[in-house]
Amino acid sequence: MSAARPPQQDENPSGIDLPLDPLPGHTSPGRLERVLRRGEFAVTTELNPPDSADPEDVYNRAQIFDGWVDGINAVDASGANCHMSSVGICALLTRMGYAPIMQIACRDKNRIAIQGDVLGAAAMGVANILCLTGDGVQAGDQPGAKPVFDLDSMSLLETIRIMRDNGKFLSGRKLTTPPQLFLGGAINPFAPPHDFRPHRLGKKIAAGAQFVQSQYCFDVPMFRTYMQRVRDLGYTEKVFIMCGVGPLASAKTAKWIRSNVPGIHIPDAIIKRLEGAQDQKKEGKQICIDIIKEVKEIPGVSGIHVMAYRQEEYVAEIVDESGVLKGRRPWHREARADDKIVADRLDQILHDGITETQVDMVKSAH
Amino acid sequence: MTEIKPIEPGSTTPLNGTPPSAPAGMTQAAMVKKAAPKTAYKPADVSPQRRVQRSYTVRLWAIRHSRLLEWFYARFADVFLMLHPLWNGIGYARVEAPVKFVEKRVKGIMFDCRMCGQCILSSTGMSCPMNCPKQLRNGPCGGVRANGNCEVEPDMPCVWVKAWEGSRNMVKGDAILNVQKPVDQSLRETSAWLRVTAQAAAARKTPSDGASA
Repeated sequence: MSAARPPQQDENPSGIDLPLDPLPGHTSPGRLERVLRRGEFAVTTELNPPDSADPEDVYNRAQIFDGWVDGINAVDASGANCHMSSVGICALLTRMGYAPIMQIACRDKNRIAIQGDVLGAAAMGVANILCLTGDGVQAGDQPGAKPVFDLDSMSLLETIRIMRDNGKFLSGRKLTTPPQLFLGGAINPFAPPHDFRPHRLGKKIAAGAQFVQSQYCFDVPMFRTYMQRVRDLGYTEKVFIMCGVGPLASAKTAKWIRSNVPGIHIPDAIIKRLEGAQDQKKEGKQICIDIIKEVKEIPGVSGIHVMAYRQEEYVAEIVDESGVLKGRRPWHREARADDKIVADRLDQILHDGITETQVDMVKSAH
Repeated sequence: MTEIKPIEPGSTTPLNGTPPSAPAGMTQAAMVKKAAPKTAYKPADVSPQRRVQRSYTVRLWAIRHSRLLEWFYARFADVFLMLHPLWNGIGYARVEAPVKFVEKRVKGIMFDCRMCGQCILSSTGMSCPMNCPKQLRNGPCGGVRANGNCEVEPDMPCVWVKAWEGSRNMVKGDAILNVQKPVDQSLRETSAWLRVTAQAAAARKTPSDGASA
């Protein structure tokens, strides 16, 4: 019935949208862990969470990444701005077989809620969780909210690691089925105290981080210095480091970010290059591609995390033009055989204009 | 100062401008603040944490002299442990109120202590992590400003930048690299001095688990 096609890598033989079994030595059934452990250069991106209750908004936003990324971050009220929850986005994405990376920010939930969400997420088929502290509530659209910060990113990592490896809640109560997860954290090599930052990565590894995604990298020499220190400490053997990159829309935006967004470091050279360009948006994309080409050569960098907020349509071009995938095609959603039959049948009914009665259908079937 | 935007690498940051309903160059937070009714009274600072402690001169002095304080704290803990029979005789429960009274005031002046009840000053370069607006106990967040100030409170030096500086002066400063457990909120407003002493005394009795001190 369905045309034979070459199977995708990391595909369940009984159905492309079905979950996989973890390989030996893996802690999660996810494709991101498989890609990274195979030594391939991984690409992840971020889904701009909708301010709506329409699932189509999530699917449309995920669809533009099809075949270009190994994982999609489902952000948890980033910048303390209220959006669809990361649990909700993950529920929708896992239904379609996508590999979401669920972010958990400690700002909004205490340890009781978080541990419950972790179990729920793992049951839905979420294989990757990224543990974040979260921005302060003052940064968002509801500055009057109560900041929770019951755990921090480090103790959150440790909590989930204990749930996974020891099969226990933080309280010591037993889980009947522990979650199988690939745990991630965040790093910012561009903020002070610079001497402490590599050690902080060490702490995250000790707490349970298996991969880390970095803050936007616009200063490659600074990132290179950081990576040198991380390699000297031997951490690149213990964790997969993914460098955060993204296109800047214009010199004006870059300046605004530099003065208003703590933690993002943009050197003068980048702003000068943007100002000198005729098409600043195109130049911003080109800068992003140039940075990717530089960071992918740094030893110890296992992948990139492309954050193109409200420029998501450029992610595919950036990944393509930077050549990081080296011809590899990450998992992409395909219509299942039965979906195709239904679609063809509907097409026939709607376009051929033939009214069939059940009697005729039975007759023609024999 | 409300125009502070996401810092964690994983979060979406408005690289392409600003959130939808806010005009260019303005964050949603700034819009919310602007829309608030104008009265004569305008609260200072951003977070309640900062309002509690307006000045941090003494706190910064304590961090600069972290080595001295580390030495002093070790002696002080020994003395407290020596007095264990006395505490035990009076009863830890009965002695808690006066000890807590002194502890709260002394540590309040020295470190801007928030009485979390689980003091980890010796692991954080004598910089109390509960003064961090996010109350982080395991290191700085990604939002530290280029000048080393806090993301939330732009005129306050980051508690963790100072902690790292303080820990570099200390003999056992590498304790900052240990992963700390989450705060047990049920121990708030209790005496950390007495708890550590009681634990050390218990560990002395059973040398097999002597790590709890």
